[in-house]
Amino acid sequence: MSGDHQTLALVLFSVFVAVTLAITTWASRKRHGTAEEFYAGGRLFTPMENGFAIAGDYMSAASFLGIAGLIALYGYDGLLYSVGFLVAWLVVLFLVAELVRNCGRFTLADVVAARMKERPVRIAAGTSSVTVSVLYLVAQMVGAGSLVALLLGGTSGAAQNWTVVGVGALMVVYVSLGGMRATTWIQIVKAVLLMGGAIALTVLVLLRFHGDFNQLLSTAAERSGHGERFLGPGLKYGGSWTARLDFISLGLALVLGTAGLPHILSRFYTVPTARAARRSVVWSIGLIGGFYLMTVVLGFGAAAIVGSEEVRRSNPAGNTAVSLLSLDLGGGADSTGGTILFAIVAAVAFATILAVVAGITLASSASVAHDLYASLRSRRKPVKPRSEVAVARVAAVGIGAVAIALGLLARDLNVAFLVGLAFAVAASANLPVLLYSLFWRGFTTCGAVWSVYGGLVPALALVVLSPVVSGSPESIFPGVDFQLFPLQNPGLVSIPLGFLAGWIGTLTSKESPDEAKHAETEVRSLTGAGAV
Amino acid sequence: MDKHEDRDAGKVRLSDPGELDDPWQDALASGWGELESAGAPAAPVPQARGAAQDGPGTPTESAADIYLEVQRSPAFQEVRRRYRRFVVPACVAFFVWYVAYVVAATAAPELMARPVAGSVNVAMVAGLGQFLSTFLLTWAYARHARLRRDRLALELRWETQELTRGVER
Repeated sequence: MSGDHQTLALVLFSVFVAVTLAITTWASRKRHGTAEEFYAGGRLFTPMENGFAIAGDYMSAASFLGIAGLIALYGYDGLLYSVGFLVAWLVVLFLVAELVRNCGRFTLADVVAARMKERPVRIAAGTSSVTVSVLYLVAQMVGAGSLVALLLGGTSGAAQNWTVVGVGALMVVYVSLGGMRATTWIQIVKAVLLMGGAIALTVLVLLRFHGDFNQLLSTAAERSGHGERFLGPGLKYGGSWTARLDFISLGLALVLGTAGLPHILSRFYTVPTARAARRSVVWSIGLIGGFYLMTVVLGFGAAAIVGSEEVRRSNPAGNTAVSLLSLDLGGGADSTGGTILFAIVAAVAFATILAVVAGITLASSASVAHDLYASLRSRRKPVKPRSEVAVARVAAVGIGAVAIALGLLARDLNVAFLVGLAFAVAASANLPVLLYSLFWRGFTTCGAVWSVYGGLVPALALVVLSPVVSGSPESIFPGVDFQLFPLQNPGLVSIPLGFLAGWIGTLTSKESPDEAKHAETEVRSLTGAGAV
Repeated sequence: MDKHEDRDAGKVRLSDPGELDDPWQDALASGWGELESAGAPAAPVPQARGAAQDGPGTPTESAADIYLEVQRSPAFQEVRRRYRRFVVPACVAFFVWYVAYVVAATAAPELMARPVAGSVNVAMVAGLGQFLSTFLLTWAYARHARLRRDRLALELRWETQELTRGVER
């Protein structure tokens, strides 16, 4: 891959960056510096806009290129991923979206703190939210570096470093200047581009096979080198029982983690009512489901048209499957069509990364300023909303700097596990406390604090003790061995622990639950009374 | 930051539930029959309503009491019952179905690889089934909430806010 398509891809990158910066400038001129404006974009987005923004926030480059690549290499096992990512939205729709919109203001901690002693709960929930965001952010940054380097052919370290720094700088500019309004519009633009790109490629793949899905599957199986086994599960996760348990653990984390991701929760505050929050989730489920269905076609299409061997030769993880497919569909590497399609895919992937990192940065700066700073600073002097926004802007810069630094340090590590880990921490630390506060009458402050730390600490500790960190040739420290836990993803153990800790913490706490505050949470969450 | 601190400041008294007759109640009650299975059509009148006219001078009541009162009112219990009666079975259903799918895919790949038609096998059908069931449940939930819950919840929202006005903030 070299020459024309890279030039064109760079031009499209620049156009996208220019458009997003224009959006940021426009959004920052309209701002009034209030917390409502910065964290929630004024709360007046329509369900459709918010649905696109949620889809734009959620679908990372990992799902566009990664899942299609997994399918191209391992067939059906790649599809298992996308099912988990989609089904997770039912948890969000049924249990979280409307109720959180009704009870909270800007963050996850708002919902819990309304019922509990504010300070310890905010510190706990803020800490776990920032942890989840930073894990997810570093994964995206490292992914961005290797992805852009891969798409543009330059595998040199310098290109990767500059990509990480550039992506980090851009996301800081978007968030600190444009706040939620700019972030939302960037996510909407990205979602439209991503859907458009995916639809175009899917139609081309299906046209190639005359709309015959069956023939697409059999050709894919034939060219994969695995035959019929390619179309069933087991090629990637079918090995030892540890590997199988690991996948179950990951599947659990994916389904339960989405509802605890801070950057997803904060999106519900950008619409005026719970009803609008529900309708935006319905929009986003439609978009996300449609998108994952298309990645299935693209993945099997890449196996059938490009061939699994060819994909593996280009990139062992399969991340180039879609770009190779686009070259082929356009008429080959030297044709105009191939050049254009390739450049579009590269630009869409780049747009995807920028929109996702901006959303995460905004959510974590909200957690830092609204939860941690406001609680840690002083008991007596409440923080003024205006200065809280100033803190949030500075926090965005700080988080950007941390993410760039970690992204550069972790550049050569395999960080694919970080996304799974972020979901596992969200499911173990954020989801139990959120569900208990919304639905359990007897839940107490002590239980809330226990449930956050009781999920967060085991999740992180188990990863440190897992084969990801030590004890195998692929681990971060291959030289040493302090591996005690066999699975890469801690979800299977840490999610039940999070729920258990909240339960034990509540049973052992001395305070009795506040009936009136539970009544208030329940009435507000189901009716929207007093919602901001 | 905390707007609940001065909840004892205001003075609002709840009226007797029997003395209510305003047209809103009729509109509310007649909205139920939209679904055939809508059990008790006329939802009982919430106790917490219309007290704001009584104004200051009556015995004090805090926001906490108002929320407790609303929580105990039959109208709220009806909203909560309707929400739970849809969400609990639906959550159990999709979660069991998803876990069964993942466990089957990892533990019994031979079963999943059984052909159904042409190149399509059990695994492919189950995977598409997950997509389909997700879309279907989303549609069913949105419809249920729109027809069975939204109206009553909105009524309760205004009533509760009416009661708590002057007590909070």
